Amino acid sequence: MKLFVGEGNPHSVKVLAVLELTGVKCDVQLVNNEERVVPYLTRPVLPVLLLPSGQHLFSPNTICQYLFDVSGRKATDATNQWMEWEITDLQPAVLQALHMMALQGKRSEAAAVMKEPLSHLEQNLRKTSTQFLTSDVITVADIVLWAALYPILSDPSFDAGDLRCVRGWFDGVDVQSACQTAAQKVLHGKSSEALKTFLQKLPATQTQRRDGQTSTNAAEELSHNPAEDTERVMSEVEIEEAARMWSTCLKYSHAAPQRNHPILPQEGRRNVLVTSALPYVNNVPHLGNIIGCVLSADVFARYGRLRGWNLLYVCGTDEYGTATENKAREEGLTPREICDKYYAIHASIYKWFQIDFDFFGRTTTDRQTEIAQDIFWRLHERGFLLEETVEQLRCESCQRFLADRFVEGVCPHCRYPEARGDQCDKCGRLINAVELRNPQCKVCKETPVIRSSKHLFLDLPKLEGELEKWLDQSTGTGDWTTNARQITRSWLRDGLKPRCITRDLKWGTPVPHPDYKEKVFYVWFDAPIGYLSITANYTDQWEKWWKNPQQVELYNFMAKDNVPFHSVVFPCSLLGAQDNYTIVNNLIATEYLNYEDTKFSKSRGVGVFGDMAKDTGIPSDVWRFYLLYVRPEAQDSAFSWCDMALKNNSELLNNLGNFINRAAMFVTKFFEGRVPEMLLNDDDKRLIAAVSWELKQYIQLLDKVRIRDALKCILNISRHGNQYIQVNEPWKKIKGGDTDKQRAGTVTGVSVNVACLLSALLEPYMPTVSQTIRTQLEAPPNCTGAMIQGAGTFICTLPAGHRIGTVSPLFQKLENEQIEGFRKQFGGQQTQIPSTASADTKLGAGVELNSSVNVKADPERARRLAEQVTEQADKVRALKSQKAEKSVIGEEVGKLLELKKQLALAEGKNQEPSNHKAKKK
Amino acid sequence: MALRELSSLEKCLGLKKPNKYGTQGERKVPVLQNNNGAPLVGLVTIASHLVHEAKKTVLLGNSAEERAVVQQWLEYRIARVDNCPKDELKVILKELNHYLEDKVYIAGNVFTLADILMYYGIHRIVVELAIQEKERYLNVTRWFDHIQHYPGVRHHLPPVVVLRNRVYPSGHH
Repeated sequence: MKLFVGEGNPHSVKVLAVLELTGVKCDVQLVNNEERVVPYLTRPVLPVLLLPSGQHLFSPNTICQYLFDVSGRKATDATNQWMEWEITDLQPAVLQALHMMALQGKRSEAAAVMKEPLSHLEQNLRKTSTQFLTSDVITVADIVLWAALYPILSDPSFDAGDLRCVRGWFDGVDVQSACQTAAQKVLHGKSSEALKTFLQKLPATQTQRRDGQTSTNAAEELSHNPAEDTERVMSEVEIEEAARMWSTCLKYSHAAPQRNHPILPQEGRRNVLVTSALPYVNNVPHLGNIIGCVLSADVFARYGRLRGWNLLYVCGTDEYGTATENKAREEGLTPREICDKYYAIHASIYKWFQIDFDFFGRTTTDRQTEIAQDIFWRLHERGFLLEETVEQLRCESCQRFLADRFVEGVCPHCRYPEARGDQCDKCGRLINAVELRNPQCKVCKETPVIRSSKHLFLDLPKLEGELEKWLDQSTGTGDWTTNARQITRSWLRDGLKPRCITRDLKWGTPVPHPDYKEKVFYVWFDAPIGYLSITANYTDQWEKWWKNPQQVELYNFMAKDNVPFHSVVFPCSLLGAQDNYTIVNNLIATEYLNYEDTKFSKSRGVGVFGDMAKDTGIPSDVWRFYLLYVRPEAQDSAFSWCDMALKNNSELLNNLGNFINRAAMFVTKFFEGRVPEMLLNDDDKRLIAAVSWELKQYIQLLDKVRIRDALKCILNISRHGNQYIQVNEPWKKIKGGDTDKQRAGTVTGVSVNVACLLSALLEPYMPTVSQTIRTQLEAPPNCTGAMIQGAGTFICTLPAGHRIGTVSPLFQKLENEQIEGFRKQFGGQQTQIPSTASADTKLGAGVELNSSVNVKADPERARRLAEQVTEQADKVRALKSQKAEKSVIGEEVGKLLELKKQLALAEGKNQEPSNHKAKKK
Repeated sequence: MALRELSSLEKCLGLKKPNKYGTQGERKVPVLQNNNGAPLVGLVTIASHLVHEAKKTVLLGNSAEERAVVQQWLEYRIARVDNCPKDELKVILKELNHYLEDKVYIAGNVFTLADILMYYGIHRIVVELAIQEKERYLNVTRWFDHIQHYPGVRHHLPPVVVLRNRVYPSGHH
């Protein structure tokens, strides 16, 4: 059982008090108030109690009641009634009053709002003869009401009027040590002040009364001034503090230590090991693959290095498996040659995207064999492997066992003649390949025979207990994305089954056991070991990273389809091997990125693939920016050309680029390239405080790997900056008298320093642009580290007199025609690479890929069809943009799909199996 | 409104002698006049009391966990569903829809008071939904249809028609 509470969250006070009072055993975790702990609720809600059953309790009163219940004190009608009143009457009034007190300074209005509920309470207490609300012992109702009233009644400036009984009762509860501890823990004894941030984030509906019971003027005023529209309110103290920090300047060196390879864990430093899911070698990765793992991990790794962590980022290509064997057969090369060829393609794509790996290796190495076999033997010796006989289809003419996808036959359920070995496309039922009637090898069309073959299975059920213990600890202390937690939980809920770790293949890590000489390891078992072997190829001292859970924090980045292999299966291998392995502490999974309104598809030529991005002429930094901007964090998102152009033109060009360029140009034009003297007034200080706050947010978010949200902080800073320049008009003031000139100087100086901060914050996202800005500003090399370390401090890194370099624009406009061109080009006609395999990192997804079948290609017909497809696709898009009737669109989409099908046939390609994978609930 | 709900609940629970109710305040909070003691105030408080009276405490949940889940959704009903402003309706439907994705009843696999009161509370919302919206909140509709056909629940409310086959193509976009 686990309780999540939030700092400065008033509802957390009551549950902590009850927890302390009842003495129920439960882990408590402090999380950010923005964290969405309950997956099905739209807004972040705290506190939350995660029950042993996996259910969430998100209502504070229910949590309190539950804790009382399990400690043997049942609810009564009387306690129920008070708790219900607290929800329907007291709580709405309290939130409204707090909002007035803490954010608007309207104390008397707040007192008016509280008048009715407080006098209701007073009257009832007068009538009772008991010490507490309902009895002489303290009940859940007392704590709940006390906690609700605490921020108001403990505020000495709140004038409650004559409430003798309420005061007496309140003090009686308040002296309980459980209550004192809880209030101190959450609010640090600061009552309503500590709640500011919490109150600002509340939706307006919760801070306004809905029922019009109290139609004071205050309520009306509130509706004109809902919390969400107003700028964040900053206190004087906050502003002064920010201004003071700013003027401390760069005193001592914060320069990030040089990267000296090999990077090894060091005592006393934060040692962070970052991996990104290993992309499968046999194809070119598309944008979705890039954002899903390597790019996301790169941003975090760059950020970590800026923070001064001792960080190692490794990745590599996953090369073994049937898919490679088939690709090799297709291209008439050996598997090794295929791997060499595609490894080079992958490496060059990631280089172009500026993925800054410390090492980019591959899985087909001697170290892989060594380490995989060692883990295998350790599992074997400890009795974690089972032997079982499996019936499989074997094609005698091809001389190999057939993976499920390579068999076709008549569906045993619906008699569909072209059912595949794993599933029937017609009735959708799952099939065991040996059950197919009239099975055929898809490659040679011969009839395969059933052979039984002995295989080894990893005994996951035996390791389940240990795994759960590990997961409790890891998910309790580390950052796991919500989808990662959910997927893992659902796997465990369904119970683990033994998993086969061997295959009848040639291209793989050989199983060292003499009884399994002809077999290799199944890719899901083998591939994650790649992380270890790739590190071993980087340094002989790889064990300092991988057998060192005491010193190392491990971050795994991946798309959600890979979660179970990293959270359940691979940890089981490592736990079973009992060799003190470093096991995942933080698991960061993305959802899927779609392309426009469809899926990326190599076979249909839909979407932008890694190697084509370069050819568009759009800089790698802009690609990075846009992919990170639409990073599919909580739900699937889509790449869209129009949106990319829009974001480039509005955010990069008009917001970010405009601000940095203007700030630097003013220095060049008005002050001969030297940063002018700055004398801060209140306006400047307020800007500095606003920027400092965004900087702190940026750091808090990236520490939690909230990559997309942190990017918004950067854009907010430049928005603040633009507004500041716009209001202060330095280009006019420079022509005025001395005071005006002085003012122009200050505004310019502060702005160019904000630009310098932006260059630091941009480094993880847009490394080239970041470097360009610093070069243009001639910024001191240690400025980035200085500002991003610790909680983040915005300091004046370019002092008066600093000479800046040559300034030039950072971004270019993306024109409509250009974008339309790309959209056509990538909308489904590229046919250069006639292959059907997808490039997903397919760590043992248990799915072998389609190979081409021998269908005659007809280039002429294909060309005509391709034209028709484009036409039809345009038509559909037009209809959609005109918001036409669903049925009309549906009909046209039907035609489009039919055309695409014919096109695929004419191009001699195997059709994509109907999109099972694309369908989500 | 709340009073009719309570009298339907009484029938549903098989209570023979109807209780006397009044209301209190502008929001017309129900009050149960009690012969032997102070009156009870509040919908959930009274409803829970009635369940005890009818000796059907299984409807409040069998274990501490189940009781808590039931309590939580009763609370959700009065705090979120009642007096819900128009622009919040979609949020509520979305949350419920997501929550009910893998559940038969609100508390999981057992029928409880939370189903009854949530059904009464959400009826006015569901009755207004267009067919397409009902399909969008498929899990809510499925649960709702199930509860309205649960023996003895519906009483004062008109049935809502729920189509069994989908009319609109399952649009992901």
